[in-house]
Amino acid sequence: MSIFVDENTKVIVQGLTGGQGRFHGLRNRDYGTKIVAGVTPGKGGSDVDGVPVFNSVVEAVAATGATASFISVPPKFASAAILEAAAGAITFIVCITEGIPAHDEAVTFNRLVEEFPGVRLLGPNCPGIISPGKCNIGITSGDIALAGGPVGIVSRSGTLTYQALHELTQQGVGQTTCVGIGGDPVPGTNFVDCLAAFEADPETKAVMMIGEIGGSEEERAAEWIKHNMTKPVVSYIAGVTAPAGRKMGHAGAIISGSKGTAQAKMDALAGAGVYVCLNPTEAGQKMVEIVKAL
Amino acid sequence: MDLFEYQGKQYFARFGIAVSPGDVADTVDEAVAVAERIGYPVVVKAQVKVGGRGKAGGVKLAANVDEVRTHAGNILGLDIKGHVVRRLWIERSSDIAKEYYASFTLDRPNKTHLGMLSAQGGVEIEVVAEENPDAIAFLSIDPVRGLDLATARRWVNEAELDEAAREQTAELLVKLYDCYTTGDCDLAEINPLILTPDNKVHALDAKVTLDDNASFRHPEWEEFRVNETEDPREIMAKEKGLNYIGLDGTVGIIANGAGLAMSTLDVVNQVGGTAANFLDIGGGANADVMAAALEVISADPKVKAIFVNIFGGITRVDEVAKGVIEALSRVSISSPIVLRLDGTNAVEGRAILAPHLNAALITEPTMLDAARRVVALANA
Repeated sequence: MSIFVDENTKVIVQGLTGGQGRFHGLRNRDYGTKIVAGVTPGKGGSDVDGVPVFNSVVEAVAATGATASFISVPPKFASAAILEAAAGAITFIVCITEGIPAHDEAVTFNRLVEEFPGVRLLGPNCPGIISPGKCNIGITSGDIALAGGPVGIVSRSGTLTYQALHELTQQGVGQTTCVGIGGDPVPGTNFVDCLAAFEADPETKAVMMIGEIGGSEEERAAEWIKHNMTKPVVSYIAGVTAPAGRKMGHAGAIISGSKGTAQAKMDALAGAGVYVCLNPTEAGQKMVEIVKAL
Repeated sequence: MDLFEYQGKQYFARFGIAVSPGDVADTVDEAVAVAERIGYPVVVKAQVKVGGRGKAGGVKLAANVDEVRTHAGNILGLDIKGHVVRRLWIERSSDIAKEYYASFTLDRPNKTHLGMLSAQGGVEIEVVAEENPDAIAFLSIDPVRGLDLATARRWVNEAELDEAAREQTAELLVKLYDCYTTGDCDLAEINPLILTPDNKVHALDAKVTLDDNASFRHPEWEEFRVNETEDPREIMAKEKGLNYIGLDGTVGIIANGAGLAMSTLDVVNQVGGTAANFLDIGGGANADVMAAALEVISADPKVKAIFVNIFGGITRVDEVAKGVIEALSRVSISSPIVLRLDGTNAVEGRAILAPHLNAALITEPTMLDAARRVVALANA
């Protein structure tokens, strides 16, 4: 099994007529994802390489029965697009948009929780989700993933997600689902959400978790793992050598005072019984060992 | 973007938050002119983005023109923890009866806003939080609902501010929250917030961090973008639109993606090297970006070797390879370059590079191998 998506997930693309939306939306379709419609206000009735475009999410959902949305629109329109998807009966939203103001993210997240409690948002500013062989929503290159499990991956960073997939795929170890939760301060889906879903998924036998400096999500994940996780977890935290007070690319990746350091996160995870590795290659090798011993 | 105190105060003033009358000065003569205009006594304050400037001699009281000349002359050019003072803020001195603390920031774990208010201001809030946490009244604010005056009134009572300060502070907190949210701040902090002997409340300091992601709706922030960095490498990188942070080591780093760039720093460190920089070229690894990146890195005299670490996703490795070759034909690089190329079109990319490889342009199959190689070259 996979988490959050599967081979039957019908997906609309908000922003399909834009450059990024078209490129990645069609790439996802070519991978085998059921991309059933696009949404762009004012462009309803047209199509993008055979994918019908609607003026609104409500119309697209009515016509196709889609339950998931892939949002690729500029930052200033992203919050409205997320809320439109939720109001239009979409239950799983992937937003890859980078550069959304933190206050917009905070308001949007809380509105989702209060007005649309059944909706899950992944991102913003994330690479998306791939369940190899079944569904790929976002910007991950499908050919670096390997179907068949048994490893689940959850990561805060884009390229490190690819690196993690690559390390496992090269060793012949497949993945059930790989989730990129994104590097922004207010992620819709966090580590704990993904760990809980992997714990509940019978096909996932072990989890690789890639974190980075900033915030305290890794510490919260460690706490959750300690009390709830029965499956082995291998982790790697990027930014051991990062200086305090400087944003390392992602808006959320910043050490404030003594908070958010890689070492604190690694200590918390090690204390929860997680295999803490010092680089992505070591994490890959450790996971291969674990999978072989299953 | 962190604001200087004077910028923070100017920003506060736009939202109706009371600050001391004052103005900036870049020279002793300007300082005197400001002081003469606003009236003595004045406080001469160094404008640096680092704490502890008072202890370092960067804040002085001046009762007359001679004292302004002396203090302004001493403080301009002063080095405070590596930050050289180039600008002063001259403001009317305030009599202080009480010092409080107030701030708003994002509570990331709870995905709400966090207000902090304390009757014990004027000292570092981290120290108060450590030694006397009960002295801080925390307020969790739902971003959808915001902060209203009734809640702010309860909050100032809970914080046990002096009676005379409560209503004014409650009103000020609503304005500060407005500044924090509609002003798109990551942090809006007043320390100290003072009560004067004649029962007026106003902000004596301003610490503001703006959310760069919100720049598109704040054209007025342009004026704040001055003297952002003293590091000539960062100034050059900024001019070229690169996401670059200068560090102290000898291995120049170019990677695609923030996570991979951070990880590259870590791996270089693990195998005995030190990184000269953080540089994420993102998804746009074409020849222009690569040339700019190589140019900035090789302008750093400390750099002894360069590590190009690319995992192609959207970025195509063959484009990166072409970019490197074209960049090398445009800029002269004295340090050896070690590349690790994986991901989309890696085979094609390596083939493009193959005929150009030599002792100063090397590829390695994995990130670890490449890190070891580049560190060996840098330490040789």
